[in-house]
Amino acid sequence: MIVIGELINGMYKDVRKAIANKETDVIQHLAEDQVKAGAKALDVNTGPFSKNPKDDMKWLVESIQKVTDVSLSIDSTKFDVIEEGLKLTKNRAIINSTNADDEKMSRIFELAKKYNTQVIGLTTDKSGIPNSKEKRLELAATIVAKAMDYGINAEDIFLDPIVLPVNVAQSQGIEVLESIREFRHLSDPAPNAIVGLSNASQGTKFRSLVNRTFLVMAVANGLTAAILDPLDKELMDAMIAAELILNKTIYCDSFLDAYRKR
Amino acid sequence: MPIDLAREKYSGSVYTVELGGTSAAGGTRDSVIKIGGETTLPFLFEEGSMPNSPVVGLEIFDCEPTDWPDGLKNEIGDALKDPIKWAKKCVGDFGSKFLCVRLISAHPDWGGRSANDAIAFLKSLLQEVKVPLVIIGCGDAQVDNELLAKASQATKNEKCILGIASQNNYKTLTASCLADGHSIIATSPVDVNIAKQVNILISDMGLDPKRIVMDPTTASLGYGMEYVYSIMERARLSALAGDKMLSMPFILFIGQEVWRVKEAKDSTPLGIKWEIATAAAMLQSGADILVMRHPVAAQATSKYIDGIMKR
Repeated sequence: MIVIGELINGMYKDVRKAIANKETDVIQHLAEDQVKAGAKALDVNTGPFSKNPKDDMKWLVESIQKVTDVSLSIDSTKFDVIEEGLKLTKNRAIINSTNADDEKMSRIFELAKKYNTQVIGLTTDKSGIPNSKEKRLELAATIVAKAMDYGINAEDIFLDPIVLPVNVAQSQGIEVLESIREFRHLSDPAPNAIVGLSNASQGTKFRSLVNRTFLVMAVANGLTAAILDPLDKELMDAMIAAELILNKTIYCDSFLDAYRKR
Repeated sequence: MPIDLAREKYSGSVYTVELGGTSAAGGTRDSVIKIGGETTLPFLFEEGSMPNSPVVGLEIFDCEPTDWPDGLKNEIGDALKDPIKWAKKCVGDFGSKFLCVRLISAHPDWGGRSANDAIAFLKSLLQEVKVPLVIIGCGDAQVDNELLAKASQATKNEKCILGIASQNNYKTLTASCLADGHSIIATSPVDVNIAKQVNILISDMGLDPKRIVMDPTTASLGYGMEYVYSIMERARLSALAGDKMLSMPFILFIGQEVWRVKEAKDSTPLGIKWEIATAAAMLQSGADILVMRHPVAAQATSKYIDGIMKR
């Protein structure tokens, strides 16, 4: 599993404040803590309150790269903000994200090609978030086909079926899980399947429990990456155990430690 | 139509372990042997690289090996009575690139010589031969804890590989290796889960994973070799997929296993072939260091490695 740490996001109050006051150490600690907890990449999002997202993205990327060299997932809806981040990334980055709209895909895949990045593709389009597995698959196939037109390998695409909160769209859980299973059959080599996990528990009680239960079920269905809170130790432990049960890692008594040494 | 072969791509690699400390490292060895570093299954050069050739070394004891079959004894001759002569013959006449020294004389069943006597031998060995050394205890855990600690000190900076550490007895030896700059052999009883666990236990004590080699336990051709093969293959595939706690090179004690089976004891020519065949199979399952006993088998195996590495 490729764990992408979600905590450097201007939606969170501490990060919003850190961005506003340029508190480098806050961001750097968040980066280091997430990597130490097992994140293989870090999501970077200036948040909706940033007055100057281009500058803020530049500052975030520079600050993070001073303390870690893991991949960065440059997360923005604005092309110029994404490009600002990509210009500075030292290692292969991930663009978060495109959807299945033709125009958006064209611009994102051009950037991906130019900066040799991987791309997260959300299975939505102008008509919104699909409510069936079939529609999600159709959009996923559109994204993979378009990526290939740009010479981007399927394994560099992370298909995101879009997890919805269980208290709002309860019927969508199973659609999402089945979509993940089917995404893996879209091409060979297979594209990655990713979820933005925390959305599953948005507005619910027992958020951590909902998140980790969903994650284990998704892993069992073939999930290969997730954007999540790696500091939730029980969540990470559940994921590690799930991969163990699926024979993706070799058992030993210290399997939790072993995973974190990877 | 040309056939397009399916090729695997791996993300992980085997650690590179160094054997032998030259004057640059404060040691007195004449060479450094690099082991491991593979990014592919053995000899699949189209799928990845094997930057370091697997290496063969002969095994010596620190006393006369009374229980060896005649086929082995005759090849080495009178030198067997004098371990220093024996060592020199292995290096000079048989071209062994490193030596595996088994300090067996300290074992209660082998005379129970004092640790200090064994260390005195080791010190003169360091003077007389200059190839890198793998040093193995006598096999009695209690004796080895003292013996190997002293052996480690006596060979400080020679960058030896010391063994053997197990899941139940690894702390003393790991501490010695840490202090004196050696690497360690971590053993497991043909069990990939325990192999991984021992590696974690040792690295948790602060020893760099690049200073661990795995002994998966060897079995001879006809005596369970296939099971060892499958365990090694599983560990190596996991290493190539990125499992850092199984990414250590393998050491295989081929000679020890082969020369105790009936076929080798009954017929020397068959024993030699048996040792070569076992070694060749272990190379194909990922062996990096082969410890062998019959010079002819060792030389044939080295030649086989040279040939296959050129392809």
